Amino acid sequence: MSSKELVKVPSVGESIAEVTIASWVKKSGDFVKQDEILCELESDKATVELPSPFTGVLTILSPEGETVPIGHAVADVDTSATAGASASSAATAPVEAPKAETKQEAQTNYAQGHPSPAAKKIMDEKNISQVTGSGVGGRVTKEDALKASSSSPAPKAPAIKAEPGSIRREKMTSLRKTISKRLVEAKNTTAMLTTFNEVDMSAVMKMRSKYKEQFKEKHQIGLGFMSLFTKAASMALMEFPAVNAQIDGTDLVFHDYVDMGIAVSAPKGLVVPVVRNSQDLSLAGIEREIARLAAKARDNKISIDDMQGGTFTITNGGVFGSMLSTPIINIPQSAILGMHNIVERPTAVNGEVVIRPIMYLALSYDHRIIDGRESVSFLKKVKELIEDPARMLLEV
Amino acid sequence: MSSYHTIVIGSGPGGYVCAIRLAQLGHKVAIVEKYDRLGGTCLNVGCIPSKALLDTSEKYHQAQHEFAHHGISIKEASLDWKNVMGRVQKDVVQKTCDGIQFLMKKNKITVHHGHGSFVDANTIKVTKSDGSSEEIKGDKIIIATGSKPSSLPGIAIDKERIITSTEALSLKELPKKMIIIGGGVIGVELGQVYARFGTEVTIVEYAPRLIPTMDADLGKELAKVLIRQGIKINLGSMVKKVERKGKSSVEVTFEKEGKEETLKADYCLVCVGRRAYTENLNLEKLSIATDKAGRIEVTNNLSLPNYSHIFAIGDVVRGAMLAHKAEEEGVFVAEVISGEKPHMNYNLIPGVVYTWPEVASVGKTQEELKKDNIPFKSGSFPFKASGRARASNESDGFIRVYAHKETDEILGVHMIGPRCADMIAEAVVAMEFRASAEDIARICHAHPTYTESLKEAAMAATSNRAIHA
Repeated sequence: MSSKELVKVPSVGESIAEVTIASWVKKSGDFVKQDEILCELESDKATVELPSPFTGVLTILSPEGETVPIGHAVADVDTSATAGASASSAATAPVEAPKAETKQEAQTNYAQGHPSPAAKKIMDEKNISQVTGSGVGGRVTKEDALKASSSSPAPKAPAIKAEPGSIRREKMTSLRKTISKRLVEAKNTTAMLTTFNEVDMSAVMKMRSKYKEQFKEKHQIGLGFMSLFTKAASMALMEFPAVNAQIDGTDLVFHDYVDMGIAVSAPKGLVVPVVRNSQDLSLAGIEREIARLAAKARDNKISIDDMQGGTFTITNGGVFGSMLSTPIINIPQSAILGMHNIVERPTAVNGEVVIRPIMYLALSYDHRIIDGRESVSFLKKVKELIEDPARMLLEV
Repeated sequence: MSSYHTIVIGSGPGGYVCAIRLAQLGHKVAIVEKYDRLGGTCLNVGCIPSKALLDTSEKYHQAQHEFAHHGISIKEASLDWKNVMGRVQKDVVQKTCDGIQFLMKKNKITVHHGHGSFVDANTIKVTKSDGSSEEIKGDKIIIATGSKPSSLPGIAIDKERIITSTEALSLKELPKKMIIIGGGVIGVELGQVYARFGTEVTIVEYAPRLIPTMDADLGKELAKVLIRQGIKINLGSMVKKVERKGKSSVEVTFEKEGKEETLKADYCLVCVGRRAYTENLNLEKLSIATDKAGRIEVTNNLSLPNYSHIFAIGDVVRGAMLAHKAEEEGVFVAEVISGEKPHMNYNLIPGVVYTWPEVASVGKTQEELKKDNIPFKSGSFPFKASGRARASNESDGFIRVYAHKETDEILGVHMIGPRCADMIAEAVVAMEFRASAEDIARICHAHPTYTESLKEAAMAATSNRAIHA
């Protein structure tokens, strides 16, 4: 007797409703042990591995590339099978299930995923390679293809102008879809505007070059500007709590700590890991946290936990050479600090024109919760702390 | 100079369907046709008039030989040849072609009558029958010029007594004796037409069976029926000589089993295939090469390898020379040009012979399955076991289904019997959806119908469990 246990997609974090099956590590018919990794799931925010909850022979129910809701059964494991058993020997078990039930079991059928002629045309045009078929034996019906294509928002090019081969279409990754949804939501649901200031980097640059070697020797990590800005922003946030607050319905939620989101460019897109309690961390502590999280992001190992709960975000467009930009708030946060490149500019100091390394700073904020006085004062505070880093030490 | 988004050369089923689809997709389209009447071979000198004659001859044959069996006695059925041909030309061909003319108008497609040829890669010269000419321009050009009957070396078609299918569809008199060279689709269809009208017909075929490209047993079954109807069939026979003897007779000499034989008749109909009609298109100007059969090489999307804006469809490109294949390609190209991504399943183009019983098939033949080493099982059902067929006294023929040995997927369906030309559609639909033999066996078929026989054959293929056999 075969006894099949379903492998369901576990909850991978709050507010995540669906995941995409990035790749199957095991294949149908494989004998898998409990806790062996079956497949990689890609969610809005991260890639997670799905370990097998059971020991037995695996049958995959959802192919690679398919997007499934949390709780969906993506595979089953025949726990009655023993090591060495293959799919075919499992099928010849003495008591066979009646035919009518085979549909539910959704055994791999040669016609599974075979599109109808109309479905095939839709899939080719939308460049969708895999659609879960709802038809008999997993066949892809026209409706299946239409549904799958309606999630790819690119409108059909006007018939007359389009030339075959002149465009390339690919399906948005789950991450990209989320980024797109979030950014538009931020634009649409907040009263966002941006205030600017400039900061003279002479003092911190001087300090950095003076103590660079010693810092590295002592803390086993390099001293960068990111930790200085994180520190400065954390201090400023404690002084202007509205900038560190959030709107929740009709309530305002204030935080007496700073969980600093740091925007990092990862291979699959932008991710924002969080440095916890940055107000209490030393510069070296901040640097170490950033280095650890950035490495995880680069290797696609970043977890949902690493990214949840930020209260404020810093993004550094300067690494790509940006002079000035208006960043978009990482909702539900209320403000984001944009760093930019450092350029030597002629500046008036004590009535004289001198050349100074200058960085423009931008603060985008939700005007519903943050008043102009607070936002401008916050940014001015960051500027003062960076221009005179001794103030960070003295907390003034 | 008039200019268009697309110029289609040829108004046969490939060309006119392509033009209509292009117009539906919003393009400004011109179609160039050499003859006065639109519709190409299919409508004028092919499918449509031959089916009209098949039907007339079938009715005549029934009146003479079948009615009595049903208990109907008539004095004597007689044939008025002028009216037979008159109906075909006026009622059938003319009206069908007028229909195409109407469709061109309805879809605002400009028709240029005259012979089309390339001036350059975007310009077509249309030479009218009075010798005058005009040039038109198109961003895209579609070559849909079809095919013409071909001959064998040493056989000179004189269009009087040594004729092709074109002439055979508009003969002024009913031949007494006719020798048909070629037992392929056209040969057996026209052979049966004339045999039923009373002509003494002899078929000479080089291959060891009739309709040699189809599943072997179909040709055997068809030969059985044709022989019973009085047609003489010489298989494995190589034609040596065809000679005109005097004003109204021909002699055909062929070699069969090492012996030479000479037959005399008043007409010799040459049905040895067709040749792509690509001459006089001035393809040389664009260095477009054609193969031995006159066909143009095309890429997967039916464009020419060196000209992405020139396409070719139907009989002028590789694949079966069938009107419905050309139509599919016409739609395919129109949609490709419009940026869509249609697909064509060349494995699932049905082949049909409109003899009675009709012959139809789709998918792989037994020979192909064996050659490709595909494990298969087969199931057959004879029409003599069908209640519906017996009611109509139509018990010749059978349906055979080939299915994959392990997966039960239907790989080929081959049938000979009443209304098979229409019934093959069910098999095509099923195979397009990759149905298994058991799927067909589990789908309800109305009783009593001929289509039940396909269900029975499918049951036989699934697990040898046909109910009525």
